[in-house]
Amino acid sequence: MPLYHTEDQTMLADTVTGFIADEGAIKTQLRRLRDSNDTAGYDPKLWKQFAEMGLTGVLLSEADGGLGLGHVEAGIVLREIGRNLTPSPFLSTAVIGATALGAASDDVKGRYLPGIIAGETVLALALDEGPKHRPERVKLKAERAGNGFRLTGAKDFVLYGATADALIVAARTSGADSDADGITLFAVPHDAAGIGHNAVRLVDSSMASHVTFDGVQVDGSTVIGDVDGGRAMLDKVLNAGRIGAAAELNGVGGGAFAITTGYLKTRKQFGRLIGEFQALQHRAAHLYSELEIADAAVIKAQQLLDGGCEHAAVMVSVAKAKASLATNLAVREGVQMHGGVGMTDEFDIGLFMKRDRALAEFLGDASYHADRVATLSGY
Amino acid sequence: MSETDTFRAEIRAWLDGNCPPEMRLPVADEDDVCWGGRNPKFKNEAQKLWLDRCAAKGYTVPDWPVAYGGAGMTPAQAKIWREELGRIGGRSPLSSFGIWMLGPALLKFGTEEQKVHYLNPIARGEVRWCQGYSEPGSGSDLVSLQTYGDDQGDHWVVSGQKIWTSYADKADWIFCLVRTDKTNKYQGISFLLFDMTTPGVTTKPIKLISGNSPFCETFFDNVPVPKHQIVGELNRGWDVAKYLLGHEREMISGAGGADRLNTIGAMAHRHGGIDNPVLRAELALFDIDALAYGAMGEKFLDEAKVGKAHPAQPNMMKYAGTELNKRRHELLMAAGGSTALEWDSAETRGGAAPRGWLRTKANSIEGGTSEVMLNVVAKRILDLPGA
Repeated sequence: MPLYHTEDQTMLADTVTGFIADEGAIKTQLRRLRDSNDTAGYDPKLWKQFAEMGLTGVLLSEADGGLGLGHVEAGIVLREIGRNLTPSPFLSTAVIGATALGAASDDVKGRYLPGIIAGETVLALALDEGPKHRPERVKLKAERAGNGFRLTGAKDFVLYGATADALIVAARTSGADSDADGITLFAVPHDAAGIGHNAVRLVDSSMASHVTFDGVQVDGSTVIGDVDGGRAMLDKVLNAGRIGAAAELNGVGGGAFAITTGYLKTRKQFGRLIGEFQALQHRAAHLYSELEIADAAVIKAQQLLDGGCEHAAVMVSVAKAKASLATNLAVREGVQMHGGVGMTDEFDIGLFMKRDRALAEFLGDASYHADRVATLSGY
Repeated sequence: MSETDTFRAEIRAWLDGNCPPEMRLPVADEDDVCWGGRNPKFKNEAQKLWLDRCAAKGYTVPDWPVAYGGAGMTPAQAKIWREELGRIGGRSPLSSFGIWMLGPALLKFGTEEQKVHYLNPIARGEVRWCQGYSEPGSGSDLVSLQTYGDDQGDHWVVSGQKIWTSYADKADWIFCLVRTDKTNKYQGISFLLFDMTTPGVTTKPIKLISGNSPFCETFFDNVPVPKHQIVGELNRGWDVAKYLLGHEREMISGAGGADRLNTIGAMAHRHGGIDNPVLRAELALFDIDALAYGAMGEKFLDEAKVGKAHPAQPNMMKYAGTELNKRRHELLMAAGGSTALEWDSAETRGGAAPRGWLRTKANSIEGGTSEVMLNVVAKRILDLPGA
């Protein structure tokens, strides 16, 4: 399959680009929500609009009422979300949540899927325990109790955790903290007794929770996939989330690059446009090259995932790492090339820097994925 | 079975039956590369057999028209050919500046007669070409070149000097930029083809820091070149040259990428392990860049075939690919330790590692320096002012 968008994908991209630029713009979404001290972390009205366009069901099968499309298409949406820094539960719900629910019981599907498709339901991933992404270790305990399980432990960096209708929780049902086996995924309803939220605002104005589980009782139908056999499903969910985050990162990088090159073409110093200076031209050209390569890595990984390639995981890690490194360069160069105004809240470039930082950390930073590439490659 | 699947099955079956086992081993040194030519040097019988079999099917240039020695494959079919060849680790049957550089220029600018006459021997590996571009005073500023072709009616008499002519001493023919109008800088250059055995042509290999001499100085002393051996219009050779440079940059940029099974970390691991976490991290970060660049190469090729790629994109590819390749060899030297310092021992295949490492330093100079590539990207892709 050629590494560019098909005609259908190009049409989708055209539609989504216009829609998100109009409805998800920095001024009317990110800045408005932030400046009004909103705590939901997103605009429910916009989420509803996503649903009206069918986007919330992009990965869900047509049988489930979705569009039945793949990661390339989900990435098209995420790229524009990234470019506009649109606060949206799309990644956590329509990509991560939807992938997880694919293996859920009909009961759980029936509980959440219609709401996702209608743009009324939001899901959150509760995975990390501690400040770094280390999914190899899962400590939160789920013990058999009654007709289901009792969950005890804590999760961190749960994006949209406090407003989500359900949490996708990775829990340990047997074995030691770092065992590959013995993990089980649950879809835990937000109102289950014993859940505590400490919702915090992050650097990019998004909302995340430290979630505590104090003997939270859930019934057996909340189990996603097999008890003790959740690792493979978790990997699948993580692949989806990571390539989604990578696509969003590339949108952030592309957006930062566009406003930066725009600035180089308008700002004058020493009687010349600063874009005339070769020192800046070479840095901008190098940055362009990095961003192009990151784009290629992302579409390659998306296609491998959509094609069911067994080696997709390596390329997903390559894409997540490369996207975060390239975008990090874009925001750092962006602020520097803007000079003093790059440090002001009035200019948008700083917002890109903040978003990059949060997305780079989400589901593993570049060093995590470099380690993973080495391990998967046998060294 | 879809048409694509049928085609893939055919290619796979043909490769199974025709690609000799020796030609499925990784290329270890320069002798493993087959360049063809009037006086070809084959390392073994398998290399010759592989070239002959591919040439008979047009597989040395799968996407060239059949009339010019190709197999007439569509871009999608040619991709399948590359994928299937890659799947068995099969070597390229023929390395050739004729294929990579002159061929595309002739296909675009040549007359029908020229295409038939020159392309077929290229496809069969019977004529080896070299490129006469740079001159001692014209490196990055190539258009200032001075080699002059004096109009003598039915032929030009060419005099001057070229430098960095890759394998000029082994080539049969040269494609050469020659000034045919001294009053017009850009529109005063013509693109000429001539036989390296023509009286007046001499070559002198240049010894490089690698100890090898892949490049030559090439001297022209009143070399007669018939008028029909011009490609494109008189004085419009710069257009041909620019087009061809795009292909050269593509070719050089191909060096940077990696595939999943061929990461530098995995290679270093096989060669005795990586016992230092910092080196392992450097290798892993490199592999991320190399695998990502591999995808970039694939994407660029796919886009170029259907006209979706920015025309200046090869400059970006050339920049990124060559910088990556230099980094690869720095890491290979680091991973190899003192073994990689040995200059001529038999155990190190004559110092393949250090010589290869030094060779890569030219990657970001030849075919346009990294700095020139960045200039072009800034101007033509980013549209920055005054560039």
